[in-house]
This record gives sequence, structure tokens and C-alpha cells, in this order.
Amino acid sequence: MNIDKNTIEKIAHLSRLYFNEADEEKMLKSLNEILEWVQMLNKIDTTNVLPLTHMSHEVNVLREDVVEEPLPHEKALFNAPRKDSNYFRVPKVIENE
Amino acid sequence: MDKSVIEKYELVVGLEVHAQMLTKSKAFSSEANEYGALPNTNVSVITLAHPGTLPKANRKAVEYAVKMGLACNCSITEYNIYDRKNYFYPDLPKGYQITQDKTPICRGGYIDIKTKSGRRSRIRLNRIHMEEDAGKSLHLEGETETLVDLNRAGVPLIEIVTEPDIRYPEEAYAFLTEIRRLVRYLEICDGNMEEGSLRCDANISVRLKGSKELGRKVEVKNMNSITNVQRAIEREMLRQIEIIEKGGTIASETRMYDAVNNQTYSLRTKEALNDYRYFPEPDLPPIIITEEYLREVRAMMPPLPNELFIKFTSEFGLPEYDAGVLTDKKEIALYFLEICKLTQNYKAASNWVMGPIKSYLNELTMEIKEFPLKPSQIVELIELVEQGKISFAICSQRLFPAFIENPNTTALALAEKMNLIQVSDTSFIKPIIEEVLANWAEKVEAYKKGNKNLLGLFMGEVMKKGKGKVDPKVATKLIQEMLDA
Repeated sequence: MNIDKNTIEKIAHLSRLYFNEADEEKMLKSLNEILEWVQMLNKIDTTNVLPLTHMSHEVNVLREDVVEEPLPHEKALFNAPRKDSNYFRVPKVIENE
Repeated sequence: MDKSVIEKYELVVGLEVHAQMLTKSKAFSSEANEYGALPNTNVSVITLAHPGTLPKANRKAVEYAVKMGLACNCSITEYNIYDRKNYFYPDLPKGYQITQDKTPICRGGYIDIKTKSGRRSRIRLNRIHMEEDAGKSLHLEGETETLVDLNRAGVPLIEIVTEPDIRYPEEAYAFLTEIRRLVRYLEICDGNMEEGSLRCDANISVRLKGSKELGRKVEVKNMNSITNVQRAIEREMLRQIEIIEKGGTIASETRMYDAVNNQTYSLRTKEALNDYRYFPEPDLPPIIITEEYLREVRAMMPPLPNELFIKFTSEFGLPEYDAGVLTDKKEIALYFLEICKLTQNYKAASNWVMGPIKSYLNELTMEIKEFPLKPSQIVELIELVEQGKISFAICSQRLFPAFIENPNTTALALAEKMNLIQVSDTSFIKPIIEEVLANWAEKVEAYKKGNKNLLGLFMGEVMKKGKGKVDPKVATKLIQEMLDA
């Protein structure tokens, strides 16, 4: 599988990343190298092998419905680049008409 | 638009209903699940997606989803995994929502509904799955930034997805009313659409009647009451018909409903391109639902409104209207059921609950659990009337309010104390009748000449003079005897 510029643009949009021409070229090369490397896995015959979705065999790991102390408000907001005394602040996500 | 034009088209609607589960803590972390707290106070490192944190599923959230599935006749999935639905939006710091894609916990099933105009239909469910709610983004007027409150992020939800079986706006109304009644019976969600604990999106399309192909659908969001869902569907249906009639095509899009102007409008967000790239959530181990577990959950479930409706109509022989009113709220239905364990006069029990008791509760906006009289005390009232010791009118108008004030006595003792017990003793009744007949000598003549309708007048006068204490059966018989003598 090889990815092209369209795919790069699509993935970039979904991740809210923006590249200039030069960076896009670099990204294209780099991603393709990674994918080629991972494609080695395709050499393995996985007929009759179920997908591995979880790393342990444990099932039904559940917690009781008990309330515990939340993260203190100040600590919760501490690392936010933009905030006020109540809220996280982020760039406006609704387009202006 | 002309009615004949509208009638060329058939409406096709499927609903997606999100219900917030009434758990104490969140779906995958242990901070409180509560509405109305100060912003960003019910949050944890898991909700905020701090590195190295792991979610752990809430046992109750699974139980509640299973309860809803059983109540909706779904088949319950044995092997459940969670999936990640990836999207980049500030209301979900992880960059994905934990949901169920491939293995919804409930599959199939249906809900039977009856609309206000009496149309009955079966709305099939596609699935019910578990997921988590996102935070709230506030886009305030004049603000250059969006404000984010993550108290709601991670609150457990079930999403109920119907098949596109809804053909009339009022069916959507009936369906949502029934969903709300079910979640309230099961006590898994408070069903409050205004506060958003129950939310509904509608996938709406129209097609020419007889057409097999589905029209292009539009998703309508932002309806904060059941009435608004019905109105939004009506409005959107007309909008689509109008476009098609003018030769246009419907754009697949998401529209918001504006209840004030009764209009839908196109929603423009930066999230135009949706590609959720679902994959299994590796951080949460699979949930296995066993037969034994299902038996346990079934045993915990209350009787459901439909079961009670059938019991009330067939076993108790009540009219459908009574059964409908009595099963509207679980607490009322169960109170009524308690009365019926102690008396077989079901119609009288129904009359008491639907009449004096409900009026009393409505007047004081009180819940039945706060009502001072026990079901056994209502039975005492029913029996007093049944035995002819007191008339229903006197019992409901005078004894009942007094009994509510003095619930620590018996109905009989109180009726005696208030001097309300009917007298069937002829030596008490006879002089009253004699006095009435003497006062109405002309009418007595008329009666004797054949105007038998006057009996009602005499009865009324006797009852009035007897201050409601006269046993009407004895009095009627006596009046007739005395007139015919």
C-alpha cells in the first residue's frame, strides 16, 4: 500500500494538522517508509487466526458504581494553555456564517 | 402547500435516542455523574485523558443497558467489546469516544406504540449500544473562544437506534413517550429532555408513496422536548417535499431545529468530514453476558407498563382508559396494585386512584410516595362505600380529606366521629320523608297522577335534609312505599 498526497491531506484534516508543500513531501516519504516496514506483517499467513483485540485474556473487569473524589478543579485546569476560572478555552469551533 | 401534494409523499423516519444512565459515577471513571455542578468539577485524569490513565467500566452501566434491552424485547449480545470512535473535537479530550460499534449489547427488539389518534404500530429497533457522553462546548455570543465544560464527558449513555419504521410525526411522539416511560419504570434514566438526559436525533426522508427506494435522509438535531421532535419532523418533511416539488434534490446533511421559529437550519461546523475509523478499544476487556446474569437482571426488573396494562384490562377487567392512566407512572401503578391485593373491587380502586387521589397529588404537586394514606387505608374507604355505610360522594368529599389529615386512625372510627355513617334505620328516615312530602304536597299530587320522574326530586330533598347520612337504598324504597300507600 502506498499513500498519496490526497491521503496525507485527509489524515491531516482529521488530526487538525496543516503542512506546507515541503513538509507534506517529507511526511509522505516518512509515512510510506513506516507503512512499508509494517507491511512485512502481511507475509505471515493469518488464515484461521482470530483478530487479537485485547492483550490479556481477562473478561468482565468492572468497577462498582461508587463515587470517588474528583480531580480538584484547579488541578484539572492547571495544564490547559487557555482557561478561565471555570472553563477550558479553545479556538472557536463553530464557523461564522 | 396543497394537502393533495403532501399526500403524494410518504414520510420515513428513524430515530437515534441517547439516554443518560442514572449511575452515581461515570461510565469509565469514578467521579460523580451529576447534572448542574460547577463547570469542570466532576472530572478525573481519565476524563481529561491524561497520559497513562486507564478506563474501567461501571458495572451498573452494563446492567442498565441490559435492562433496557430486555424491556424492548432485544436479544442480548453474549460477547461484548468496546470500540473507539475517533474524532477530534474539544468536548472529548481523548480524541475518541468509547462506544460499541461491532457488538452492540442489545440487538433487534421492538416497541409497540399507540398514537394519540389511536393508530397502533410496532417500531423495530436496530440496536441499543453503550457509550459515553461528550463534554459541553459553549459558543457564547461575542466570545472569540469556545468554552469547554467536561463534567458531562464520560457520563454513561445508551443509544437506542430504531429501524426507519416511523411514518407519521405523531408516531415519533408516541415512541419517545414510551421510551421515556420505560426508562423511568426501569429507573435507569430520568427521561428529562429539557435537561438533555434524554436526547433524540431524527433521520428524516420522504419518498413518493409506493416507491421502494428510500429518499436521501437529513439528520435533524437539537430538539429539547418530545413535542418539538414531532414538530421538527413535520417541518422538515414539508421542507423536503417543497424542494422535490420544485425539481430540486435533497442534500444529505445535518440540520438543527429552531423551536422558536419552527424551522430547521443547516449546521456548519469544521467537522465536515466524518471518518470515525472505528477500532476495538484495547483498554477495556470484553464483557461476557451469561444466561445466569440475564436471569439475575430479569429478577430485578419491575413489572413493565405493557404487562401492567394487560393485567389491568384483562385480569382486573378495567377499561383501557383506566389502565392507560394507571400505568402512566410506575409509582402510581404499583400503589394501585397494592390496593388490588386487598380488595377485588378493582373498578372502585381505579376510581379512587384516578379521581380523589390523583387530584389531591396534582393539587399539591406531590408524588405518591409522599401520600399519607397507605393502600390498605384506601381499601378501608372502598369497603365503607361497598357496605353502604357511607356514600361515595360523602366519602370522597368529606371523609377522604379528613383521613389524610388524620392517617393514624381507621376510616370507620373517623366516619363515626364525624357522624357520617349512613342510617338505614326507618325510624330515623321516615320522619324526614314525611316532612319532605308535606312540604311538596303539589308535587306529590302530580306524582300520583303519573309524573313518576318526581321521585328524583323527593330523593334529593330527603338526602339534603338527612345531611348525606340517609342510606339512599332504604330511602328510595320507603319513599315509594309511602307515596303508593
